[in-house]
Amino acid sequence: MFGRLGFDALPHDPVTIGGVVGGGLAVLGVVAAMTYFKKWGWLWRNWLTSLDPKKIGIMYIAVAVIMLLRGLADAAMLRAQQAIFATSASSPISPDLFQQVFSAHGTIMIFFVAMGVIFGLINLILPLQIGARDVAFPLLNSISFWLFVAGMVLINVSLALGEFSAAGWLAYPPLSGLEYSPGTGIDYWIWSLQIAGVGSLLSGVNFLVTIFTMRRKGMTLMKMPIFVWSVLGSMLLVAFAFPILTATLAMLSLDRTLGMHFFTSDLGGNPMMYVNLIWAWGHPEVYILILPAFGIFSEIVATYSRKKLFGYKSMVWAILAITVLSFTVWLHHFFTMGAGANVNAFFGIMTMIIAIPTGVKVFNWIFTMYKGKVSFKTPMLWFMGFAVTFTIGGVTGVLMAVPGIDYQMHNSLFLVAHFHNMIIGGVLFGVFAGITYWWPKFAGFRLHEGLGKAAFWCWLFGFWFAFIPLYILGFMGAVRRLDSYDPSLGWQGLFIVAGLGVMLILLGVFFQVVQVAYSIWKRKELAVGSDPWDGRTLEWATSTPVAEYNFAHLDAVQDRDAFWAAKQSKTKASTKFTDIALPKNTGTGAYVGAAAFVIGFAVIWHIWWLALLALLVLVGIVIASTLREDEDTEMIITAAEVAATEKRLRGAGA
Amino acid sequence: MSVLLVVIACLGTWLYLHDKNVAILNPKGIIASQQVDLMAFTLILSVIVVVPVFTMLGVIAWKYREGNPKATYEPDHEGSKWLEVAWWGIPIVIIAILSVVTWISTHELDPYKPIASDKKAVKVQVVALQWKWLFLYPEYGVASVNELKMPVGVPVNFEITADSPMSAFWIPNLGSQTYAMNGMSSKLSLRADKEGSYRGSNTNISGEGYADMHFQAVALKDQAAFDAWVADVKQDDASAYLDQDTYDELRKPSKKTPVTQYDGYASGLYDTIMHKYMPMDHAHKEGH
Repeated sequence: MFGRLGFDALPHDPVTIGGVVGGGLAVLGVVAAMTYFKKWGWLWRNWLTSLDPKKIGIMYIAVAVIMLLRGLADAAMLRAQQAIFATSASSPISPDLFQQVFSAHGTIMIFFVAMGVIFGLINLILPLQIGARDVAFPLLNSISFWLFVAGMVLINVSLALGEFSAAGWLAYPPLSGLEYSPGTGIDYWIWSLQIAGVGSLLSGVNFLVTIFTMRRKGMTLMKMPIFVWSVLGSMLLVAFAFPILTATLAMLSLDRTLGMHFFTSDLGGNPMMYVNLIWAWGHPEVYILILPAFGIFSEIVATYSRKKLFGYKSMVWAILAITVLSFTVWLHHFFTMGAGANVNAFFGIMTMIIAIPTGVKVFNWIFTMYKGKVSFKTPMLWFMGFAVTFTIGGVTGVLMAVPGIDYQMHNSLFLVAHFHNMIIGGVLFGVFAGITYWWPKFAGFRLHEGLGKAAFWCWLFGFWFAFIPLYILGFMGAVRRLDSYDPSLGWQGLFIVAGLGVMLILLGVFFQVVQVAYSIWKRKELAVGSDPWDGRTLEWATSTPVAEYNFAHLDAVQDRDAFWAAKQSKTKASTKFTDIALPKNTGTGAYVGAAAFVIGFAVIWHIWWLALLALLVLVGIVIASTLREDEDTEMIITAAEVAATEKRLRGAGA
Repeated sequence: MSVLLVVIACLGTWLYLHDKNVAILNPKGIIASQQVDLMAFTLILSVIVVVPVFTMLGVIAWKYREGNPKATYEPDHEGSKWLEVAWWGIPIVIIAILSVVTWISTHELDPYKPIASDKKAVKVQVVALQWKWLFLYPEYGVASVNELKMPVGVPVNFEITADSPMSAFWIPNLGSQTYAMNGMSSKLSLRADKEGSYRGSNTNISGEGYADMHFQAVALKDQAAFDAWVADVKQDDASAYLDQDTYDELRKPSKKTPVTQYDGYASGLYDTIMHKYMPMDHAHKEGH
């Protein structure tokens, strides 16, 4: 009846029980508060069923921030183990648990933090920047979000029921095969990524179509804001790379559940094929995350320098070059697998070539400040920190791109330090800058500067304290993923410094939490208008808070920095309004997500009847949603309502 | 202030490290030495780009800060053909140089290429197990677990496989790691140039006991010392014989396996391990 699900699935060790109890209490507390204040209806009507990309974007970011806290808690456990317990005979964290924790840390940080926050910002900003009222497929967008949530819930359920993968964030077979990992851990990993991954793929297609078909009149491709270009590159990568992930996970799943032999060591299977496939997705994935961060920094540097972006065309070509090249370098993740010298040299050189367009972008950002009036608000500090951190990460990356050097550094802590250098220093700093920059557009007040700057300095110094020791440990021969090591090796001091670095980062996170809370409290004093930074692109042309329909008028744009140009020429907005059609709220996305969660859960525990039932329900929901008439899915905001809203949001002057 | 901090940090790091084995920067073999040189060259080439970038970043950010009355402001300044040609040109030249070096060094340091030597190389077959390393010396008929012996100055040609999840064989003082995989025999050629005992380990997670999976690579003074060790193992009453049953027992997952020496092993053991993972018909054709 319940497959392999039984009472023995409940956690046994005290650390996991603590995590489950803590997490469970937090969820219960929120549920109780929501019930007490009778907010469920409000939440359902205004948020969960909304097809408004602005609200979906905020929900993505909210989920990602909660997952960031979980990922950081995992990181703190890893650092504590390696700094304190690794050299002693006993530890509260068993080797198996330690391996689950680092597997969860990597998986969560990439799939449910970085991807979530990037998709969140794209949802918030992209439609506004291209001057549109919505995305191309609003319902599909909601379904993508709910599949992301379903994957996120599934990965967290593994804490309480069963176990998580202990095979690293990419779960190479044969370790991830049935012989060595018979439990549910790998299956949790597969299905949470599979479900979230399908959501990402659908989002990729959705945003591509949005960019190609929904730009404001007059906005040719070469007039698009650079953030839109970076999203275009990123979403092209999603559309081409995520099917590889889906297929690879499906094959691994078939190996595990139906006894097939795609990636087994025997009977004609080939684990090396898995390694190739997973990185054919995995390397583009890095650029899926970093390209939008590049776009964010391009917007920020231009705005805070009060100047046009330097070398727009170079920037566009650099983005496109990176997009294409990122599919030609995957083998550099396994130079040590024994490919011939010609193959390794080819992939090494292709990897270095990516440094060229990336370097061009750095130069262009620097020269955007040249002859500008640079205002060093918090987002600019994140940019400066990024420029230094990311460039140094680039140098260690070029080192490892040389196969002869990689043979030594591969899988050492040097590698671990390198990719954190890129992902923290690049992606994370980028989204922190972006959130600070765009916050007032949606909130109506800006975030407190002093607390933001305190958070920045903690993150920057914390990062270097946490990861310079790892670079050095790599040189000392320390490999990744060690739950124990011999004290005579002299590694412990460096691990302790790295642990202190993580504490500094946690202090930075604390400042960020306080910053948001304090800014909400002091929102009257921090209140700003619709264009607080003297912005250049169309998102700043909207009212604050942004009206549901984004723009009352869809006037053609004339210039690359459309809003800046409009401000210079003092164009007056018309006061004539027309009816606007927007999609109605629907619970379809949430139902699809719930069904997908049940399918994943049922397959993990081999509850076949339930999986089949949920699959039928999911297909039924999708078919039912296609049968609805236009009047059921669309609502009309009349011209009079638009006029009233504009008056309310823009004041009498509009 | 910040310069002082950097100096203190560097000094502290040096004080911490000066009596420790920073294996990669302290090469004891020909491959690891070449790799350090390659690393230094690449790093210098990168610094040539990075130093001007950081200088420009600092100078321009400072000069054009808001409120600096001496700076000019040109809001419509949006490019310069020559500067952009330079941005694309300089990195292209640097990467072109590095590409040539990469092509040559990748061929020179190809792990499959036996190190040229006038001495006869020693062949060692390596089997990654859960969670220990088995070393077979086919030309000498001895075997050992978790301790590798090799002569100084003589190339050692490794053949590496796994009877476990994918693992990786690495001795940082000597250079180049290589994956150990089921049903495949990876190759690696190393040469120790200095007597000593060097730590080696697995770098690829292979299950619960992964962190325990390290060994010592002992470089003996010369071929004669190595021959003497082989003779010792063969004479020592404590050395056991590694037959198929003993191997099957050894193969079972175990942690902290003590160093063990065998005065002989079942003939064709390495091939037997390899062929376990080959498709049935394939194995038959090859007569196993």
